Amino acid sequence: MTKTKTDPSKRAERISWLLVTPLTCVLGFFLLLPILTIVTVSFWNYNEWSFFPDFVLDNYAFHLTSAVTWATYLKTLKFMVLTWIFCAGIGFTVAYFLAFHVQSLPAQVALFLVCTIPFWTSNIIRMISWIPFLGRNGIANSSLIHLGIIDEPLEWLLYSDFAVVLAFVHLYALFMVVPIFNTMMRIDKSLIEAARDAGASGFQILTNVIIPLAKPGIMIGSIFVVTLVMGDFITVRHMSGGQSASVGRIISNEISLLQYPAAAASSVVLLCTVLLMIGVMMRFVDIRKEL
Amino acid sequence: MEPRSRSFYLLAAFFTLFVIFLYGPVITIGILSFQGPRGGLTFPMNGVSLHWFFDLFEQQAVGDIWGSFRRSFALGLMVMSVTVVLSVMGGLAFRRRFRGSTVLFYLIIASLIIPSILVSLGVGLIFNILDLEVHWATSGFGSQLTWTLPFGLLIMFAVFNRFDKSYEEAARDLGASPWQTVRHVVLPIIAPMLIGVALFGFTLSYDEFARTLLTAGSYNTLPLEIFGMTTNVTSPVLYALGTLTTVFSFAIIGTFLLVVVILRRRRTKSGSDAGSGLV
Repeated sequence: MTKTKTDPSKRAERISWLLVTPLTCVLGFFLLLPILTIVTVSFWNYNEWSFFPDFVLDNYAFHLTSAVTWATYLKTLKFMVLTWIFCAGIGFTVAYFLAFHVQSLPAQVALFLVCTIPFWTSNIIRMISWIPFLGRNGIANSSLIHLGIIDEPLEWLLYSDFAVVLAFVHLYALFMVVPIFNTMMRIDKSLIEAARDAGASGFQILTNVIIPLAKPGIMIGSIFVVTLVMGDFITVRHMSGGQSASVGRIISNEISLLQYPAAAASSVVLLCTVLLMIGVMMRFVDIRKEL
Repeated sequence: MEPRSRSFYLLAAFFTLFVIFLYGPVITIGILSFQGPRGGLTFPMNGVSLHWFFDLFEQQAVGDIWGSFRRSFALGLMVMSVTVVLSVMGGLAFRRRFRGSTVLFYLIIASLIIPSILVSLGVGLIFNILDLEVHWATSGFGSQLTWTLPFGLLIMFAVFNRFDKSYEEAARDLGASPWQTVRHVVLPIIAPMLIGVALFGFTLSYDEFARTLLTAGSYNTLPLEIFGMTTNVTSPVLYALGTLTTVFSFAIIGTFLLVVVILRRRRTKSGSDAGSGLV
C-alpha cells in the first residue's frame, strides 16, 4: 500500500488517463495530426514536381468555382440519397423481421450472424463478384432473355450508376441492419402488447410504437451510410467502369497526379460537408446512450 | 406463442431474398473460379478445372500475391492485438467520467466517420513532409488502427454498460487488489466479447483498402494487390483469388466463433457463473 494520501477520485482519474494514453497517442498521431496536416497543406502551393509551404487560397478557389466540383457533389449526393433509401428500407425490414418475428433467441443470433458475416469479408471481392452477374453476357441478362422479357442484353446493368448504387446497397445495408436490430431488441415487448390491447392495428403499432423507438438505430445506420458513400472512391470507380465521378474520386485523382495541396483542399471541403451532415443527424440521437 | 401471421411469411421471404442478395454474387464467383482453362469471366462454364487456382501459385505477371498475403496476415495480427489491448484499456477507463473523456469520446466517433481517404492522405502527407518512408507496418498499421479502434472501443463501451459491478465489489470485499480484480474477475467475464473485438480487429485490417492506399509504401497488402489485379487481369484467376481469400475469411470468422462457443461450453461445464454478469 502506498502511503501517499491522494484523494481517491483524483487517483481514479489519473488511472483513467493512464489507461487512455496509448489510445490518445494513436488517435492523435494518426487521426488528429493528419487532419491538421491536410488543413495546413490545403493552403500550400505546388508545381509539377513538388509541393511547398505557402499561403494561397488558389486550391480552394479552383475547387469551389469549378463546375465539375458542383456537378460531382450533386452526383455524389444522388448516390448517397438512393443508397440511403434502399439501405434504410432493407435494413429496417430485415431488423424488424429478426427482432419481432423470429421468436427464439438462438435463431435470432444465428440469422443475425448470417447478415453480419459478409461485413467481415473483403469489400473489393464483393464488388468484383457482381461482374459475372451484371455483365453483358451475365446471369441477369441471359436469364431475362431466356424468360423472353427482353430481346437485347441490357447495357446499363454493369458499369453504370445503377451498378454503383447496387454495390453500395450490397456493401452497406449491414450498417443499417445492425444498429436498427440493436435498438429494436431493446423495445419492451409489453409496449406492443399494450398498443394491441388498446386496439392498434399492426400497421399502427409499426408507425406509432416501433418506428419512433427505433429512430436512434436508424440514425446511427444513416450516419454510417452517409459517411461511407460520401467518402467513397473505389466503389464508384469500379462499378461505373470509371465513367461516374464522385467527390472521393476527385481527391484520389488529384493524389495520383501528385497535386497534394489541391487534394488537401478538396478533402477539407468534403470533410466540412460530411461533418455538417453528421452534425445535423447527431441532433436526433445521443450515441452514448445507445451503447 | 402466436400463430404465424401472413406478414411473417412475407417478411421471411424478404429476408431470404436479402440473404441471397448478400451471398449470391460471392457464390457465383466461387463457382466460376472452377472454370476450365478456356473459360471466361461469365457463364457458361467451359469445363471444370482447378486451372485458375494452380495459376495463382505460379509466378504472376503482375504483383506478388503470396508476399502480399503474408503482409496482410501479419498486419492483421498486429492490428488485432493492439486493438484488443487498447480497447480493453479504453473500456475500463471510460467506466468513469474523467476530464477530457467527452472530447476523447468524440475523437473516437470522428475516427469512425472521417472518410478513409482523408486518413490515408493525411498520414501520407505527414510521412512525406517529415521525409519518412511509408511502410505497411508503420504508417499503414497506424492508419488501420483509426478504423479498428472505434469498433473495438464501442463494443467495449457496450459491454461495460451491461457489466454487473457487484462482481467486482465481491472481489474487493474478499481482498483482491484492483489488478487482481481486473485479471481474475473482469477479464474472464468479458473474454467472449474480446474475441469479438479481435475478430473485428483482424478482419477489418485484413480487408482494409482505402486507409492503406497511400500508407502501405512499396510493399502492397492483399486488398491493394487485388485491386491492382482488377484493372489489368481479365481472367478467372481473379475469381480464384477472390474465392481463396473469401474462404480464408470464412475460416477466420469460423475459428473465432468456435472459440466463443468453446469458452461458453467450458464455462457451463465447470459450473462457473462467469459471463452471466453480462445481461
